[in-house]
Amino acid sequence: MIEARGLARTFTGRRGTVEAVRGVDLSVALGEIVGFLGPNGAGKSTTLRMLTTLLAPTAGSATVAGRDLRTDPGGVRRRIGYVAQGGGTDPSVPAGEELELQARLYGVADPAARIRELARRLELDGEGLLARPSAAMSGGQRRRLDVALGLVHRPPLVFLDEPTTGLDPQSRGHLWEHIRRLRDRDGTTVFLTTHYLDEADALCDRVLIIDRGRIVAEGSPAELKRRVAGDVVTVELAGSGAPLEQVALRARTALAGHSAVREATVLEGALRLTVDDGDRSLMSLIRALDEAGVELAALRMARPTLDDVFLTVTGRSLRDSASAAA
Amino acid sequence: MRSKVGVVFGLTQPLLYLVLFGPLLSRVGGVQGAGGGNTWRAFVPGILVQLALFGAGFVGFGLIADLRSGVVERLRVTPVSRLALLLGRVLCDTLMLVVQAVLLLAAGVLLGLRAPLWGIVAGLVFVALLALSIASLSYVLAMMTRVEDAFAPLLSTVTLPLMLLSGIILPMSMAPGWLDAVSRFTPFRYVVDAARAAFRGDFSSSAMLEGAAVTVVLVVASVALGTHRFRKENT
Ligand SMILES: Nc1ncnc2c1ncn2[C@@H]1O[C@H](COP(=O)(O)OP(=O)(O)OP(=O)(O)O)[C@@H](O)[C@H]1O
Ligand SMILES: [Mg+2]
Repeated sequence: MIEARGLARTFTGRRGTVEAVRGVDLSVALGEIVGFLGPNGAGKSTTLRMLTTLLAPTAGSATVAGRDLRTDPGGVRRRIGYVAQGGGTDPSVPAGEELELQARLYGVADPAARIRELARRLELDGEGLLARPSAAMSGGQRRRLDVALGLVHRPPLVFLDEPTTGLDPQSRGHLWEHIRRLRDRDGTTVFLTTHYLDEADALCDRVLIIDRGRIVAEGSPAELKRRVAGDVVTVELAGSGAPLEQVALRARTALAGHSAVREATVLEGALRLTVDDGDRSLMSLIRALDEAGVELAALRMARPTLDDVFLTVTGRSLRDSASAAA
Repeated sequence: MRSKVGVVFGLTQPLLYLVLFGPLLSRVGGVQGAGGGNTWRAFVPGILVQLALFGAGFVGFGLIADLRSGVVERLRVTPVSRLALLLGRVLCDTLMLVVQAVLLLAAGVLLGLRAPLWGIVAGLVFVALLALSIASLSYVLAMMTRVEDAFAPLLSTVTLPLMLLSGIILPMSMAPGWLDAVSRFTPFRYVVDAARAAFRGDFSSSAMLEGAAVTVVLVVASVALGTHRFRKENT
């Protein structure tokens, strides 16, 4: 659905130039939910605005929904929906009127029914909510209205720029469900940006990590975490008689030659292992320890988070760089 | 909608000119030689053009608000043609201006304006087309400046000399040679003169022809510029 090569955008202003996006290659397949994860100022919105025809790239090319971005922007516009990071409603116009206008602009058949359906799905059907101007809505309600506006015409491809920012956990969960349903039932392709690690993890089939205008890693959340960081296995030892430290050292020697183990450290009477593909290697780790006569008290496996992935590829934590930029 | 309030507020200034300044002018009517003895015929077209200049000039403020709220971006991702995005706004502004102009004309008739009906209709067409051009140009300026703080001073520095040079209050034919020459470079002058000719029922005069030509060029150029800007608008 999206095929971009070397997409770049430089802003030239009075205060110098900003290379917001520096050569992004990406492909998104039909029916995928792809997440664009990165800290503030990484270039997520800029990339989205280029892909939605709002911003002319300074370099590169892209086809979006089968149309060339440069030669057929109208064709692209007919096939996509877009929800901007800051929304796009007139604060003084009633929500229902905004939805009607949007439906009319896209030539939606039976707009009233479509609006009713969307309002129900996105929980905008509460007491006279649609009669209210967006200035008189809560932040979360306004955000859901923005999403509804982007979906009115059932586009085969939607771009959502931080769709869940400002939503409470429950609404967030509902919106995730709605996005999954869009994909499962209508085959909609979804390209969204987010700061939230858990959102990228739970919602996206594939994640592109962007930092300082470049894509630094991509893959499914599980793949990314496996590829970059490995799983962390903590082995607590039962030192029946012998001192724990000694047992730990024996355990480490026993695993030294194991092909899945990348790193092993002894930590307060426990052994901390970084292993490839923990799910599969766990059994053979236990077997090797057993053969060496090491007694186990407990075994824990923790998956790395996407933050660990970001840390590995950029040397910075996503949390830190996000709060530093904020 | 807010436009009802807008119609009334937009009218107060030209109405004040009409009521508080018009009678003064009809006293000195003999001096200005507006022809036909009815000074209202010369004065009212000027006030109508002034209404178009200021009323339509200010529409850019609305666009700046929409740029800020993201409404413009939302509309720009829709498949609607860029020309339609511009005309949607501009025609709405023009309609509002025509309503105001009709109200103003009614007030003029009450005060003593006498002109042939077809002349008044032709004058209205001139004013409507002028408003359409000015609204487009106002949007172009608004998109270039993007903030009220820059748009407002720019707007007033542009509109005031344009108003004075187009001979809205007194015909430019009364001006000394140099001023008359300068004013020939402002397109609105021709529109004012054409509207005056129309009010006199003078359909075959050269003022009428010049005015029609200038208006057509103005409309085409400003709409093309506005559409271009909506297409290009990129930051
Ligand atoms: N119109 C503009 N003019 C100048 N610089 C801009 C403009 N828009 C964005 N930038 C700059 O480009 C860089 C990327 O911005 P962008 O909005 O794409 O980041 P983002 O990843 O969406 O961040 P966030 O998570 O904060 O939304 C930033 O450094 C920003 O300051
Ligand atoms: Mg952004």
